[in-house]
Amino acid sequence: MSTTTEVRAFNRHGVLAIYRFEMARARRTLWQSLVAPVITTSLYFVVFGAAIGSRISEVDGVPYGAFIVPGLIMLSLFTVSLSNASFGIYLPRFTGTIYEVLSAPVSPLEMVLGYVGAAATKSVILGLVILATATLFVSIHILYPAWMVAFLVLTATTFSLFGFIVGIWAKGFEQLQFIPMLVVTPLTFLGGAFYSIDILPGAWRTFSLFNPVVYLISGFRWSFYGTADVGVGVSLAMTLGFLVLGLALVWWIFRTGYRLKS
Amino acid sequence: MDRAKLSPLPAVISISGLTKTYASGLQALKRVDLEIRRGEIFALLGPNGAGKTTLISIVCGIVTPTEGRVLVDGHDIVHQYRAARSKIGLVPQELHTDMFESVWGTVRFSRGLFGRAPDAAHLEKVLRDLSLWDKRNDKIMTLSGGMKRRVLIAKALAHEPEILFLDEPTAGVDVELRRDMWALVRRLRGRGVTIILTTHYIDEAEEMADRIGVVNKGELVVVEEKTALMRKLGKKQLTLHLQEPMMAIPVGLGDWNLVLKNGGSELEYTFLASEERTAIPELLLRIGELGIGYKDLNTQQSSLEDIFVSLVSERA
Repeated sequence: MSTTTEVRAFNRHGVLAIYRFEMARARRTLWQSLVAPVITTSLYFVVFGAAIGSRISEVDGVPYGAFIVPGLIMLSLFTVSLSNASFGIYLPRFTGTIYEVLSAPVSPLEMVLGYVGAAATKSVILGLVILATATLFVSIHILYPAWMVAFLVLTATTFSLFGFIVGIWAKGFEQLQFIPMLVVTPLTFLGGAFYSIDILPGAWRTFSLFNPVVYLISGFRWSFYGTADVGVGVSLAMTLGFLVLGLALVWWIFRTGYRLKS
Repeated sequence: MDRAKLSPLPAVISISGLTKTYASGLQALKRVDLEIRRGEIFALLGPNGAGKTTLISIVCGIVTPTEGRVLVDGHDIVHQYRAARSKIGLVPQELHTDMFESVWGTVRFSRGLFGRAPDAAHLEKVLRDLSLWDKRNDKIMTLSGGMKRRVLIAKALAHEPEILFLDEPTAGVDVELRRDMWALVRRLRGRGVTIILTTHYIDEAEEMADRIGVVNKGELVVVEEKTALMRKLGKKQLTLHLQEPMMAIPVGLGDWNLVLKNGGSELEYTFLASEERTAIPELLLRIGELGIGYKDLNTQQSSLEDIFVSLVSERA
């Protein structure tokens, strides 16, 4: 047995092992992961696009059916990123298999890259599937495809990071559901996923500006149609701000060993 | 490299002043100092809650120490955790497994996690060694408890560690698997792997270990070569089956630690194993001088278990 194990500065194999493990977990539940969102999206199109859309016709010069597409994608992206990433780290904590990751020569950053990277990848794939589904119902023209992808990846990463934090914080399966159900879904519905906040009465519009989700949806919609509720620079800054906030929280978690190490 | 540092039996793990106080206030370890030698099998004995698992968990990086320092092959477990951890394999006490994963998938995961490039040949060897090769495509959830235990060992060996921690490896496994595991541990030691095991089964330590440490209430009560420990603390007993029963121990035998048993038909003499060279001949000589007749005699030696119980109860 060799006494000199080569130690690299970056554990590439470790990151890949976690990433592949998480992606394999998604493959085992591929049916639920993809079919459910596709059906949900189709239902939204039937209800909002066809039923309500026939009365609203256009928002900011965009047909209503097409207008809600970015919001719909974001809605799914938030919830799926959160649930995927939180479950990914909560499950090994729950079953006890986390011992192996904690005892491995894997740095906090590598752990985050593996878990959050996989969760974000799954979300981006899902976002693209929903986009593809939407094209079956409405015709969509993406004005700035590169920005669209950038917002998609940034938002998926940020919410996967939040999911990772929720998964470390959660003490039970109920708490895993708590944040997506009680915080993210209401904020998304009130965040202009299905309407422009400009149509809200004055006070409510001001109130909406305190909703962080408004900026994420607005920026994403801008990449499609070039119209936005708030400036695209502000949207981008907010998205990056959330990412930094998530990174800071994760940094604190690993520094203190919060709920990972006793 | 400095040649002076390459002494023949350098410590592969050195623990100094290790203290752990949990948030609950429980002091699980109290200033423990311990050196594990390269290539040895070290058994850590102690009752439940003594601090054995805490000690192992700190060395492996799962629990943060409150005070003290641990070096693994010269690497600090906190500041040089990558170098330290890549040398260690851990088999935990509980059967923590990924239920939906296949045996092959889980060992491949473990190897990658510890930073090693894929090596199918090595993984095949590990699985064959543990009689898991036929089960490589099975999901872990379909395996028996004993098989899951083997999977955990395979995972720990996947990255070719130099140090293997086995936390209660044979708790709840059948006799055959226990023997298999002992054989595996010996093979690993033959390849130069240092093995640290915790166990409740004292016969296991007696059978396997080169050295033994006893932990009780967070303190390392004793660390000793197994044979020396047994010699030092082991008790021997000589029983003489008398021709004629005795009512009392004769005055002339007052210097010996004697007890009459079985209605005075047996004379039992208890002495420390370290005194065995002189104890029996002297007593028998004296008995002969006093004209006491005996028809048979037998001796027995206390097991490590007796030693352990006396050590732990002494300090209770």
